[in-house]
Amino acid sequence: MSDIASAETKPAQPKQSLSAYANFRDFGLVAALILIMLFFQYTTDGTLFRPLNLTNLVLQNSYIIIMALGMLLVIVAGHIDLSVGSVAGFIGALSAMMMVQWGVPVVPAIIVCLIMGGVIGAAQGYWVAYHKIPSFIVTLAGMLVFRGLMQALLGNRSIGPLPPQFQLLSNGFIPDFFPGYGIHMTTMLIGIALVGCVVWSSARNRIKREQNGYDSEPFALFAAKNIIMGGIALWLCYLLATYKGLPNVLIVMAVLIGLFAFVTKHTIIGRRIYAMGGNEKAAKLSGIRTDRLTFLTFVNMGVLAALAGLIIASRLTTATPKAGLGAELDVIAAVFVGGASAMGGVGQVLGAVIGAAIMGVMNNGMSIMGINVDWQQVIKGLVLLFAVVFDVYNKNK
Amino acid sequence: MRVWVRMDTILEMRNISKSFPGVKALDNVNLAVARGEIHAVVGENGAGKSTLMKVLSGVYPHGSYEGQIVYNGEEQRFRGIQDSERLGIIIIHQELALVPLLSITENLFLGNEQAKYGIIDWHVAEKRTRELLKKVGLNEDPQTLITNLGVGKQQMIEIAKALSKEVKLLILDEPTASLNEKDSDALLELLLEFKAQGISSILISHKLNEVEKVADRITVLRDGTTVETLEKDDISDERIVTAMVGRELSDRYPKRTPKIGENLFEVKDWVVYNQHHPDRQMIKGINLNVRAGEIVGIAGLMGAGRTEFAMSVFGKSYGRKISGEVFLHGRKVDVSTVSKAVQNGIAYATEDRKTYGLNLIDHIKHNVTLANLKGVSNGGVIDDFAELKVANDYRNMTKIRSSNVYQVTGNLSGGNQQKVVLSKWLFAGPELLILDEPTRGIDVGAKYEIYEIINKLANEGKGILVISSEMPELLGICDRIYVMNEGRLVGEMPASEASQEKIMRTIIRAEGRV
Repeated sequence: MSDIASAETKPAQPKQSLSAYANFRDFGLVAALILIMLFFQYTTDGTLFRPLNLTNLVLQNSYIIIMALGMLLVIVAGHIDLSVGSVAGFIGALSAMMMVQWGVPVVPAIIVCLIMGGVIGAAQGYWVAYHKIPSFIVTLAGMLVFRGLMQALLGNRSIGPLPPQFQLLSNGFIPDFFPGYGIHMTTMLIGIALVGCVVWSSARNRIKREQNGYDSEPFALFAAKNIIMGGIALWLCYLLATYKGLPNVLIVMAVLIGLFAFVTKHTIIGRRIYAMGGNEKAAKLSGIRTDRLTFLTFVNMGVLAALAGLIIASRLTTATPKAGLGAELDVIAAVFVGGASAMGGVGQVLGAVIGAAIMGVMNNGMSIMGINVDWQQVIKGLVLLFAVVFDVYNKNK
Repeated sequence: MRVWVRMDTILEMRNISKSFPGVKALDNVNLAVARGEIHAVVGENGAGKSTLMKVLSGVYPHGSYEGQIVYNGEEQRFRGIQDSERLGIIIIHQELALVPLLSITENLFLGNEQAKYGIIDWHVAEKRTRELLKKVGLNEDPQTLITNLGVGKQQMIEIAKALSKEVKLLILDEPTASLNEKDSDALLELLLEFKAQGISSILISHKLNEVEKVADRITVLRDGTTVETLEKDDISDERIVTAMVGRELSDRYPKRTPKIGENLFEVKDWVVYNQHHPDRQMIKGINLNVRAGEIVGIAGLMGAGRTEFAMSVFGKSYGRKISGEVFLHGRKVDVSTVSKAVQNGIAYATEDRKTYGLNLIDHIKHNVTLANLKGVSNGGVIDDFAELKVANDYRNMTKIRSSNVYQVTGNLSGGNQQKVVLSKWLFAGPELLILDEPTRGIDVGAKYEIYEIINKLANEGKGILVISSEMPELLGICDRIYVMNEGRLVGEMPASEASQEKIMRTIIRAEGRV
C-alpha cells in the first residue's frame, strides 16, 4: 500500500502494480505537505518552525486529527458525520458542568464524557445502521440537536476555569526525567526510540518479504525513504525538545494514529469496513454483518468526538458556547484532502492525518502572515476542491 | 451476399476492431444492414455483440476503435450517442434506461423535452405521448409512473421513446430477455410493423426461435469476429448454432466420471414469501437434496424463483417469513444468517457478481479472502503473508488471468471476475456450493475452465447445486436436474435421461396445471 504507511507504522505490503498509484498519491501528499511547510517557513520569515509555533501547531490541530481518524472510518464505510463539531462542543460543556458545577473529580468526569460520546454515536448510528436513514440527515439533525443542547446546558455563557489537572491534557507536556542537558532529553529519547522501532519493523518486514520470495522495492529507495522520513521525525522532535518537549496531547494523538493505522490495515474489522464501503451488498453476502459494523463506526466516531471535545475544553481552560463550531467541516475536509473517496471504500489513516496537517499548517501559516480570516477560508476551500479534482483526474487517467 | 448488393444499404460497418486492456473485443467485424430489413446479430455471450453496438451508437467514440462506419452512404465519426441519435440511430439497451418515478410522458421526452425557451409545453407533450403509445399498441394514461408498469410495457415505452426521436435504424439489445411469451410476441409484431414502414432494425437476441421468426438475415459473431451472414433461406437452428459455437457441442464440457456418495445436503418444506409483498408466496414448499460428489442442476425460466430459493437458503439473504429445514450430513443446521450458513459449510456464488459478488474497487487478494478472513488471521489480526499465499494459490488454481493478485477486480474480464468469486467461496471451504448462473456473460474458454473447477470440487466430494438458464450447460455438467416453475419443483430427472425438450415440456405442462 503506501510508502508512508510502511515507513511509519506498519510492515509494507508488496509493491506491485496496484500500489503504484497509491504510492504516487501518498508521495504527492507528503510532497505537498513539505512544500506548503517550506512555503510558509519562507513567507513567515522562519516563524513556522520556531519551537514555540510548532508546539502551538500541534496543540491547535490535535483535536482535528483525532476526529479525522473516526471520520475516516465513517467515510470509508460510505457515510458522513456532520455532528462531530456539535458533539465535541456538547461534551466539552458537559465536562465543564461536571467538574466545575457538580464537583465531579477529573478522571471520572473524563470517563463519563467518553462514554457519553459513545452513547451519542450509538444513538445516531442506530438510525443509520438499522433503519437505513441517510447518515447525512441523521447527523445533520445531530448537529442541530447537540449544538442546541450544549447552549442550553451552558445557558449561553462560558463555564470555567476547569481544574488545572484537567488542563494538563492539552496544555501540559511530558515530564523530563533527565534534566540538565539544555533540551528536553526525554523527548529526544522517545523520538529516537520511536524512529528506531519503525525502521526496525520495516526492515524486518523487508527481510520477511525476501525470505518469502516476494519482490520488494530497491534497497536504495527503501533506505532513502527511511532516512528521510526518520530524519524529518527526529528533526521535529528536536525542535519540540528545545521548547517544552512533547505535549501530552501529541502522545495521545500519536497512540491513536498508530492504533487506527494498524486497525485499518491489519485487522479483520478494518478490512471489513473497507469491503463494506466498496460494495455493501457483496460484503453482506460474504457473511459480514454490515449493519452492526456501520453502527460501530458511529460509536467510535462519537467517542473520538468526545475526546476532541475534552481536548478543546482543556486547551481553552473553559467551556464556551462556540467550542467546536464548524469543526466538522475541517475534519471532513482533512479526510478528503487525504485521499478518501466520497463513495466509500477508499481512504488511508495516514492520508487523513497528512490532510489534517496540510490544513492545519495553512491555517497557522496564513494567520502568521496576517491574511484576513475571510480569505483564509477561500484559500482552504480551493485547496480542498483541487486536491479532490487532482485525485479524480488521476484516477480516470 | 448477392441479394443485398442490389438492395439499398443503410448501414455498413467495415473492419471494425476494438480492444480493451488485455482483450481484443472486436477483430475486423463487418456488418451490413439493408434499408427496411430486420437484421439479427447472434453470438454467444462475450462474442462482441454489445461492443459492436456501442461502437455503432457512439458510446465508444470515433478514434477509440478501428474501421469505418458508413451510414446512408457517408462515413460517420460519432463522438457520442447524441451524434448517432441525430441521424436516427437509436439503441435500446438490455437494461432499460427509464426513470422509474417519472411518468410516461416525462420519460418519453427526457432529454428531448417539448419545450419553448426552456419551458415545457405539457399539452403538446401529452398529445404526442398518446400518439406514440398508440403506435406501440399501448393504452396507458401518459401520466402513469413507469414504476407502475410491467417490464413488457416498459420495453414498449423504450421503443416509443425511440420513435419520438424519428428512428431510422432501431437497435434492440436482447429486448425479450425479461419478457414473457405474450409480450415478446407483441414486440416482434411491432418490429414487423416498423419494417413495413421502412424502419430498419438490428435485433440482438439469444432466442433463436424469435430470430428465425422475424429476421431477414442473420450475422453470427464469435469471439469478436464475424463468422458469416446467413440469408433468410439458409437460416436453421443447426446452421446458427454451428456458426456460433464453431465446433461440436459435445466438447464444450469437460469429461467427468461422477463418484457420488451419501446424502450431503437436504432442504425440506422450504417456503419463502416475497421480500416486498409479504403476502406473496415465492417459494412454495421445496424439497431437494444433493449428495456428496454430485452436481445437481436447477432448470427453469426466468422468474421461476431459483435465485430467490438459493438466496433464502443462504442466510435468509432474500425473502421474509421463511420456513423449512436445512440438513447437512443429516444434521439440521442453522442458516439464519450468512455467517452461520458459511460456518455450517454452505456457500453461494451470486448470479450478479458486480452487484453482489465483488468489491470492484479492491484487488483480487482482498476479494478472495473476504468470506474467510479468520482463515488468514490470528486473534483478529490479518497475516499479510498468509493472505498473499492464499490469494496466489487460488489465483493459480482457478487460472485467474492477471499480472498479480493486486489487480483491481473491476478491471478484470467477466470470466476472471467469476473466478475471483469462485476463489472466494472455495477458500471459505464449503461442503455445499450453490452456483447461480456461474458462466453468465463469460466467453467459451473461461466457461470450460469454470466447469473444470466445478468438476474438481465434485470429485473432492463436495456437493454442487447449479442454477442456470442455459439448458445445454445443465445437461452438460450435471448428474441430476430439478425443474423449477413458479416457486415449485415440477420435475426431477437424471441428466442422462434429460433433454432440452423434456425440460421445456415439464415446464409447460406445469404452467398448464397452475
